[in-house]
Amino acid sequence: MLLLRLIALGASVCAIVVMVTSHDSAQVFGMSISAKYSNIPTFKYFVLVNAIASGYTLILLFIPSKNSCGHMILVLDLVVALLLDSSISACVAIGLVGKKGNTHAGWLPICGQVPKFCDHVTGAIAAGFIAAIAYFLVVLYSLHSVMNLFAPRA
Amino acid sequence: MLLSLCIYIIHAFVNEKSLPSQLHTIQQSSTIPLTTTAATEMPSEGGEKPEVGQDQAPAASTKVDWIIKVLRLLAFLLTLDATLVMALNKQTKTFTVATIGTVPLRATLSAKFQHTPAFVFFVVANANAALHNLLMLAVGFAGSKLSFKGLAPLAVPVLDLVNVAIVSGGASAAVFMGQLGRNGNSHARWNKICDKFESFCDRGGAAMISSLVGVLLMIIICAISIIRLRNHYGYNKLALNSSVLP
Repeated sequence: MLLLRLIALGASVCAIVVMVTSHDSAQVFGMSISAKYSNIPTFKYFVLVNAIASGYTLILLFIPSKNSCGHMILVLDLVVALLLDSSISACVAIGLVGKKGNTHAGWLPICGQVPKFCDHVTGAIAAGFIAAIAYFLVVLYSLHSVMNLFAPRA
Repeated sequence: MLLSLCIYIIHAFVNEKSLPSQLHTIQQSSTIPLTTTAATEMPSEGGEKPEVGQDQAPAASTKVDWIIKVLRLLAFLLTLDATLVMALNKQTKTFTVATIGTVPLRATLSAKFQHTPAFVFFVVANANAALHNLLMLAVGFAGSKLSFKGLAPLAVPVLDLVNVAIVSGGASAAVFMGQLGRNGNSHARWNKICDKFESFCDRGGAAMISSLVGVLLMIIICAISIIRLRNHYGYNKLALNSSVLP
């Protein structure tokens, strides 16, 4: 259980760091295009949610675990897992638009001009995905220990 | 579809009155010693929540049952509404692109939900959740007649959880794509499209709102079903398992 939480903490901190350090600039047609993560609100939401997740996990690691607040921990775990899941889903959607563009809306892909930015963002999304999976497993484990669901009935 | 649902509900009501007197649900009496309420059909007295350590766990929770059914019906309607509104979301507009002499060149552009993969995922996720809610409603109504053994009562909250995760992912992706369409992104040179296709954007926004409210309701349903599982699987074990959380 501790190992799972540590993995989740590591993955979400990784995601934050990689996303925050992603910036690139290029010269196109005499104009300078610079891409930063803060230009796109979705990535800001991603950083925010991962910050919430890592802060919550940090706090949990330092609290001595008692069974009395197991239910509240379970509920908070569930909420954080859902938030993580929604953030990576939104980032993947925006990333697809950035990588392939959307010809019907007249949106050109920008990955050709700022490839380093795209790679960084892809790495951050991958780390966020690992954090989401780890949190899902944490929720399952919390469910088991608090509700004693998977124990054999006797 | 609503009509068929109403017919099914009425049919279930009618059938409940004529249940045979012996209860088949006593087959899972290994954890739930249901002894005294065996006489008539679905026990409808006492709508209190089950108490700790007592053994009338499923018998006295009909009020909670009805709350869950009403919430599920609402969630089903909301997700179905989100699916339909987004799936039928289409707008076609002709623009004057250029003028040659006195003849204006017109181009017809259309905005459909299939153009954006996020909206496709949104439609698929909401359709899946609507189907899941409908099935769980049916299971909830038929649960008094069939007996579920083993791990089957566990499947409902787990599936609820999975569906909540999927639909929340779809809803958030669609919300951010809609925000991009409404405001554009000057840094990436992506122009906004909502000023030209207003009704497309408005309908998309309505679908997103109903899907988000549906997700909220499904979270509440999920929480209630998980809490009810506790009574199914032996609550008194909780006292023996101390310090399982490291």
